[in-house]
Amino acid sequence: MDVLQLLVSGLANGCVYGLIALGFVLIYKATEQVNFAQGDFMMLGAFITLGLTNAHYLGLPFWLAAPLAICIMAVLGYLLDYFVLRHLFGQSQTAVVILTIALGFVIRFVAGAIWSHEPQTLESPLAIGDFNVGGVVLGMADIAVIVVTVLMTFFLYQFFQRTKLGLAMQAASQNQMAAYFMGIPVKRVQGMIWGLSGAVAAVAGILFASKGAIDPNAGLLGIKAFAAAVIGGFGSLPGALLGGLIVGVIEPFAARYLAAGYSQIAPYALLLFVLVFRPHGLFAQVRTKKV
Amino acid sequence: MRIHFKTSYDHDIRLFPDWWSFLVYAALVAVAVALPWIMDDFYLGEVTNVLIWAIAGLGLMLLTGQTGQASLGHAAFLALGCYSCVIFMEQGLPFLIAFPLSGILTGIVGTLIAIPAIRMHGIYLAIATIALSILADDVIVLMAPITDGVSGKFAPMITIFGIEIERWTTPDRFYWLVLAITILCTLAYRNILRSPLGRAFAAVRDSEVSATAMGIHIARTKAMAFGISCAITGLGGALMGFYAGAFNNETFSLVISITLLMMIVIGGLGSIHGAFFGAVVVAFLPQALSMGKDLIGGGSVAIPGLETGVFGAILILFILFEPMGIYGRWMKIRIWFELFPFARKDMFKRQKSYLKTERLR
Amino acid sequence: MKPLLEIANATLKFGGVVAVNDLSFSVEEGEVYAIVGPNGAGKSTVFNLISRFYQPYEGSISFDGQNLLDRKADAVADLGIARTFQNIELFEHATVLQNLLVGRHRHRRTTLVEEMVFAPRVRREERKHREAVEEVIDFLDLQPYRDKMIAGLPYGVRKVVELGRALASGPRLLLLDEPASGLSVEETQDMRWWIDDIRKQMGITVLMVEHDMGLVSGVCDRVLALADGAKLAEGTPAQVQADPAVIEAYLGAGAA
Repeated sequence: MDVLQLLVSGLANGCVYGLIALGFVLIYKATEQVNFAQGDFMMLGAFITLGLTNAHYLGLPFWLAAPLAICIMAVLGYLLDYFVLRHLFGQSQTAVVILTIALGFVIRFVAGAIWSHEPQTLESPLAIGDFNVGGVVLGMADIAVIVVTVLMTFFLYQFFQRTKLGLAMQAASQNQMAAYFMGIPVKRVQGMIWGLSGAVAAVAGILFASKGAIDPNAGLLGIKAFAAAVIGGFGSLPGALLGGLIVGVIEPFAARYLAAGYSQIAPYALLLFVLVFRPHGLFAQVRTKKV
Repeated sequence: MRIHFKTSYDHDIRLFPDWWSFLVYAALVAVAVALPWIMDDFYLGEVTNVLIWAIAGLGLMLLTGQTGQASLGHAAFLALGCYSCVIFMEQGLPFLIAFPLSGILTGIVGTLIAIPAIRMHGIYLAIATIALSILADDVIVLMAPITDGVSGKFAPMITIFGIEIERWTTPDRFYWLVLAITILCTLAYRNILRSPLGRAFAAVRDSEVSATAMGIHIARTKAMAFGISCAITGLGGALMGFYAGAFNNETFSLVISITLLMMIVIGGLGSIHGAFFGAVVVAFLPQALSMGKDLIGGGSVAIPGLETGVFGAILILFILFEPMGIYGRWMKIRIWFELFPFARKDMFKRQKSYLKTERLR
Repeated sequence: MKPLLEIANATLKFGGVVAVNDLSFSVEEGEVYAIVGPNGAGKSTVFNLISRFYQPYEGSISFDGQNLLDRKADAVADLGIARTFQNIELFEHATVLQNLLVGRHRHRRTTLVEEMVFAPRVRREERKHREAVEEVIDFLDLQPYRDKMIAGLPYGVRKVVELGRALASGPRLLLLDEPASGLSVEETQDMRWWIDDIRKQMGITVLMVEHDMGLVSGVCDRVLALADGAKLAEGTPAQVQADPAVIEAYLGAGAA
């Protein structure tokens, strides 16, 4: 039972990592850029919902606030691309990496200034308590996290594989010039993908905030989500979820069975292990340059 | 506009292209040496801080600016340099041996870490180095018997030929020591740049295929860049330890790694000047912010995340409007004056390029 | 006399696609040898085999009696094989001079420590490298561009700089991947004189891939026509151009 309990809480955490990782992978698939601020997007999404819902702030009903927050984050994502990332055409990947890290700092500061640095809890209808199923304690929020994550991964996967827009997004990243000549509005497509990943981040944020308290530093969770994305293979949506689950499950087990001090390094050790033996991620997608 | 009449190949091989630039730098060094008699101890300490950051920045610049490998884990090498230098000294080695030894050790460890790391590209290297930076913190705690873990260590007194040097009691001597090391590191950096290895670094950065076709061993060259970079950064880290006086596992955090990378981007990637310009921004930003707070009457209330937030905003503005950093802006202003009134706006226009990836799906 | 470069029964497959099929040819010391063929015939692939970017599935490649397959890609230059690329692979953020000096890399004799302190030997070596590079600059008339960044140079000049970088390494065999593609008529004419001089004055053997039959018949001693990775015809430019199989491959069935 003990093992099962650890597994369930690990899976729920892993789903949040997976959702953040989905955001990375979406952007990476469509633009070959990496958004190191995805964790902070998640935090921002959570705080926007909190600001709309909690009685202390606006006090809107949750089921109105949550979609609103998702929309706001989508718009923010689109605007970010429109005003910032679009102007980075031709600059190195490093420039985007460092820019999004800096963006994370800025978001963290702004969130702290608006909502303070004290941990707060979202007044979420998902956080209604725990069930006890055969000795295993299940939080309602945990179940919601798992269900929503699996559904979202499925739909996004279908979106990329089946719809015209999804295919256009992939084409746009692999050869911008060719995609442009094929009539794909490359810039608009990239803006939309940033918007989509903003929305995904908001969902992750709402779910995460339903599981417990959040503060502006919650965005640092993004680093673990990174480990998840890499372990699962950048560029693969189900891979991101799988990576998130692996990292999520490793954590409680490491904390339970490894000596203190070793447990928190387990995800990173695994990450380095994967990178050393598969430098391009578990599902390699890069081939050598053709000359 | 000054015109160089080159009469010998040595004009391009020499450290300084002409007498004028030699004089400028000589004057700069002279002023720097005389600084303790001009400035009070507080500002001297700040300048020392600038120089230490510049050394660490030079280390990362060699890797990121010259060789094109972004590292977000250099705080780990700052820590290694710092801890090893202090531990060597605690074992009774004099500073003059312990200090270079710590640089060499950091360089060797950096090279070893580079062997798997150089197979990674772009973002994967960035992510791996982030993990490295996080692990360093935990490793220091785990190695508490040697590193004293969370409680941390105190930097011992530096003694060189009987002269005692300490940050607080003799800030001028400490400053001169740091200045000397800065000059040595800058010279070594410059020497590497003007010799075959420096060109090999640039070749690896710009085109790995043609570098290979020219006989450059890519992996070995990258590992070397990593090693030298880590060695210089390690020296910077050791000085940082002496500057701080006390340090523990949290002194060299991931934020320091990120700050270091942001610093050289703001300063201007690929130039020695850039490391120094960036260091000035990093070191004086807290001062500027507290002055700004006084101006608007914010008082002494600490605003968490303000420094990193403002620093991040500065970086974003630079990447958007001046990707070549402060150095790039400085060069443009210089060229504008030299060509006056013939400079045109389009001269500095950036080329647009398109993304084409080598991904399979 | 043994040929300088000898490729025997080389086969290369990418997945199920045969890129080079049982190809054999040899290049004699001092000649200019061209590989022609339609797009996708595997011409550049042959170069990449010689440069050791690709590992042949079968067959052997030897240079001056040494087995090239024993060497890694970065050890090929050491033998005196230099090359250019179809899509120009210069070091964009460096000057023309620095690019040419990279060509000298295989002659680097100094160690890291010497370079860090810029020992007198490094300075002497630098002068030697510079003299060699200046000869190339004079030969190719690159003086006006010496201190210019590659990123700002026109296409035609880049093409010449790339040739210069290969020459600066002091090669015995020069691989030119489409030296005239994208060049104007005048630039192509220049390229033709240069290739002639490279062979006659410098005594460097040239192997090139080229589409421009005017250039090929003007400078080449022998031509190899490729189609689908296999040898179609080999001989003097006139022989190959008159070969019915070549005409068919170029103009389609029925034209012959």
